[in-house]
Amino acid sequence: MFGFVLARLLRSLIVLFATVTFVFIVLRLSGDPAQQMLSDIATPEALAAFRTQWGLDRSIAEQYLLYLANAFQGNFGTSFADGREVFTVIGERVPKTLSVTVPAFLLTMLIGIPAGILAAVRRETAADKAVMAGAVVGYSIPNFLLGVALIYLFAVWLRVLPSSGSSTWQHAILPVATLVLAGAATISRFTRSTLIDVLGQPYIAAARADGIPEREIILRHALPNAAIPLVTMLGFGAGGMLGGAVFVETVFAWPGLGSGFVRAVNSGDLNVVQAMILTFTAFMVSINLTVDILYAALNPKIRLGNHDAS
Amino acid sequence: MTQARTPAWSGRRPRLPAFGWPLSIWMCGAWIAAAIAVGATAQWIAPYDHLQQFPLTRLAAPGALPGHVLGTDYLGRDLLSNLLAATQTTLVIALVGSLICAVIGTSLGLLAAHFGGWLDNLIMGLADAMASVPFIVVALGILAFFGSSPLLFMLLVGIANWERYARLTRGLILSANLEGYAEAARIIGVPDRRVYWRHILPNIAGPLIVQLTVNFPEIILLESGLSFLGLGIQPPATSLGLMVADGRNYLATAWWLSALPGLIIVVTTLSISLLGDFLRDRFDARLR
Repeated sequence: MFGFVLARLLRSLIVLFATVTFVFIVLRLSGDPAQQMLSDIATPEALAAFRTQWGLDRSIAEQYLLYLANAFQGNFGTSFADGREVFTVIGERVPKTLSVTVPAFLLTMLIGIPAGILAAVRRETAADKAVMAGAVVGYSIPNFLLGVALIYLFAVWLRVLPSSGSSTWQHAILPVATLVLAGAATISRFTRSTLIDVLGQPYIAAARADGIPEREIILRHALPNAAIPLVTMLGFGAGGMLGGAVFVETVFAWPGLGSGFVRAVNSGDLNVVQAMILTFTAFMVSINLTVDILYAALNPKIRLGNHDAS
Repeated sequence: MTQARTPAWSGRRPRLPAFGWPLSIWMCGAWIAAAIAVGATAQWIAPYDHLQQFPLTRLAAPGALPGHVLGTDYLGRDLLSNLLAATQTTLVIALVGSLICAVIGTSLGLLAAHFGGWLDNLIMGLADAMASVPFIVVALGILAFFGSSPLLFMLLVGIANWERYARLTRGLILSANLEGYAEAARIIGVPDRRVYWRHILPNIAGPLIVQLTVNFPEIILLESGLSFLGLGIQPPATSLGLMVADGRNYLATAWWLSALPGLIIVVTTLSISLLGDFLRDRFDARLR
């Protein structure tokens, strides 16, 4: 178990390094950074000063090390939009994003997993068909469209909820609802198919032949075995929330990382863009690491130290 | 399994299998056929040029104005013509994107399976990395650094999900290589390239085509999403996502400007998903 976790930790670090390196290469490939960060009318002196400040006059290897050092200290320079430190700009937006994605994630699980279990256990009944129909529709409506539809319904037509901004807790309801509806559709579909797979296994048939009550079979035998693939699904669910935040925050003008990312891309604020890419990657890497550790803790093959089986 | 659930099926007298398909599947098929027809002929069947403005009759409701069946938008452009043009753009991009994705993913999967070793590790490592970050983050990064051009945009939606084809192809080829027919072809001296192209590829095409039907709607959603954010298709060209974004400012007075393109997105992706699921179930049952 310890070795497993250590290996995953190492892999996470490698992914982070690879991303920073990738961003560095793309930045250098896409043109002269000094010219890009400043503007076309920058004086030669200003360009030279910028190059010295960021070490652009040194060798490419030195530049890379310098870039790494800066990146891991969170030093990405200043945003062109308002001249503030990129680190501060991002730091302000992180809590805003967490305040919609964390509740949305929890609600998605609370709705999606029981709905999927219900559909799998009552397979081919009206309950199953209703859950699956909801899941297919939820899966086909992109979240930006769902957001616009909810704004029309609750802000324009019923006039009960605000459509944009983040000043009160009511402002969070529609963004969270959008993320939950889209997320629960995927989770319930996955839970259903996983549980159906497990229920088709020979050991379930053996348990049934033994006369163990169906309720017992599902709670004691099927669900613990379905939990392992479900845990990997948590990672996708969390990734879906982060990806969804890009659209949902933009639709509802919620000032989090997602809308900040879109704004930075639209205005060509490359300092913020590169920091956003690394922030999102860091989030995903830590989520995946958590999932891997949970997975190891749940899976007796790994927990008991049999590495071949992993 | 499908057969066990539908006993009525085998009892009927033999007919063309398609006649027994549920009505919903027929409707999906009809919608997809109509969408393809629009995609192929939009510029000829549209009543107006989609950019032509009628400033005196802006924001007309559907049916309110003779000559504009679905009304006009905030610049007085004919909504029907715009919807047709947008559907065409969206479908063409999704089609080209899907093909790019299938070719890149399948080729990389084939390379990984054939050469193994460090190349396999590199390609599969890249696939893992792609799958671990939401693609929208990668897409926004690329658009920020390289700007949005139609060609780049098509390539961009084309590299989304390539790793699924790569993993699938790699797995299928590795297991196909263990099967008798590939081994037999090699023993009688058929060159590798021909074994892959003429023997293995036709045998593994089924799952790859299923993957295509899963991927196609997702590319439609990605394209409309990016266009909605203002980072995809740029005016004067139009796309369904762009129309939803444009109409958003007129929700209180002209909700249909967003609703109609949105409806087309949903019904199209839903139809492809349902038809794909249905066909996969049927073909699986046949193969068993």
